[in-house]
Amino acid sequence: MTTHPDPVRIEPVLQPAPDLAPPFSKGGLIEVFRRRYLLKLLVQKEVRSRYQGSLLGVMWSYIQPMVRFCMYYFVIGLVLGLHKSFPNFAIHMFSAIVAMHFFTETFSSGTRSVVKNKSIVRKMPMPREMFPVASVIVSAVNTFPQLAILFVASVVAGWRPDVVGVLAAFLGLAIVTVLGTALALLFAGLNVFFRDFQNIVSTFMVLTTWIVPMIYPFEKVATSGLGHNHVFYSIYMSDPLTIAVVLMQRAFWIPTALGKDGFPDQLGDVGFPYLPHNYMELGLLMLGVSCIILVLCQMVFRRLEGKFAERL
Amino acid sequence: MTVSVQVEHATKQFTLRYHRTIKQITIAAMRRQKISDTFKAVDDVSFTVQQGESIGLMGLNGSGKSTLLKLVSGVMKPDSGSVLTRGRIAGLIATGAGFHPQLSGRDNVYLNAAILGMTEAETKRKFDQIVDFADIGRFLDTPVGHYSSGMFSRLGFAVAVHTESDIFLVDEVLAVGDKPFKRKCMARMQEIRDEGRTMLYVSHAAASVRQMCDRVLVLEKGVLGFDGPVDEGIRYLHYDDADTDEKPTDVVDDTEDEVLGADV
Repeated sequence: MTTHPDPVRIEPVLQPAPDLAPPFSKGGLIEVFRRRYLLKLLVQKEVRSRYQGSLLGVMWSYIQPMVRFCMYYFVIGLVLGLHKSFPNFAIHMFSAIVAMHFFTETFSSGTRSVVKNKSIVRKMPMPREMFPVASVIVSAVNTFPQLAILFVASVVAGWRPDVVGVLAAFLGLAIVTVLGTALALLFAGLNVFFRDFQNIVSTFMVLTTWIVPMIYPFEKVATSGLGHNHVFYSIYMSDPLTIAVVLMQRAFWIPTALGKDGFPDQLGDVGFPYLPHNYMELGLLMLGVSCIILVLCQMVFRRLEGKFAERL
Repeated sequence: MTVSVQVEHATKQFTLRYHRTIKQITIAAMRRQKISDTFKAVDDVSFTVQQGESIGLMGLNGSGKSTLLKLVSGVMKPDSGSVLTRGRIAGLIATGAGFHPQLSGRDNVYLNAAILGMTEAETKRKFDQIVDFADIGRFLDTPVGHYSSGMFSRLGFAVAVHTESDIFLVDEVLAVGDKPFKRKCMARMQEIRDEGRTMLYVSHAAASVRQMCDRVLVLEKGVLGFDGPVDEGIRYLHYDDADTDEKPTDVVDDTEDEVLGADV
């Protein structure tokens, strides 16, 4: 941003009079992406304000997942001894942590986004979806370096890319992005009415570590007594986050584990119980389900949006 | 003539909640007290504004002026009836812009301009004019949360008047400005009016309404009580017997102002 005005002064062209229309934003995610410049400013603002007055700044988005990682590595890997039975367990955990950290950050910052910007929401007409969407983008920006760390660590551990693996990574991240956006929209809207929702979200965050195969391998679930229970297994597998995490592990962890500790030597031979049956199809299905959830959450948001200005 | 703003049977109802937590609600329910109450801030209001008209919106505190302006600007949605506008809308609502307190004045100018629909190039081109008009000098890079209320609304007004808009809304902006700034605002608003833009002007100052507007709407407890020529409107309100243009100019607390004048 600069204070120098453009040297060329272009007088605005008078446009033909537009039609009479309701001034209240038609809203919708399409409108958000039509106003990319405003979205860019909101993202910049968010990045700056998130770490305002902090010395370490952006470093905090590395420190938190790193501390989590070290803790799990120590307790699960060394104390409970999963390192002995599982090759490259650190990569297994870290590929899940990256995806889940992206999700939790999207969800929790998105939930607070509208309330946090109430000074603007109360006085300026604009598509209010802008705020949750901006939080999703900020979270994605913060997640990217973690993804880079994961990439480097995997290469060191002997990772080589394969087509299915790369597709799996994109699919996994897509599920997390769509689902995170959907929930951010829904809870951002609800949070305007009752601030309880931001506490509900942070309570839910406690669960996210345990409901996905992050600090325990998928195999443990698949081969345990609970895994043979059809109802439990179906519920467990119908969580889009579980599938997203499994896809991330398929992309980064499985290729580094080949031929070690009883793992098959060939990528093609790795199947159940290391991975769920038809994990790619399952991923596509979950992406579809997440998209439907996104459309529904957007509809709820639009209904709630009508009362934002008066309830804030 | 082209219709610029068309309001038909617009109603906006607010809910007053007396109790916020489940515990309070339960106790209130057991004592058979009211848990919530509704009132109509804008009640079945209809009017049409032609392109280029400037309308004075008058009424006592709490009569629904700001709510009506929020409906026209698109910040709020009417519960029933319809509000239609043509073209881009700029202006100030409830003596201040939608600024983010943590951002600097400079960043807020860009953000605010973007919300009003200006592009990056347009904002850059007008940035110096905006800063000149607001006259906030070295505070430009200070977070606006630290601004005095005068500076705050000066900057907001500066952005609004420099936006290319078809409809311009002004809500009691002169309540917080000092005398030189008031004079500058009035001059700028005259210019906007003379450019043929539609203007909706909320004010308690009979003299400035007389100067600026060619029609007056008077709201009474949310109902449109009068719609017609300026002088009759001022007489309708009994505002003509005092020289209301010389209201005290000291700074009005933003939150207090919103409670008393804007949101209720």
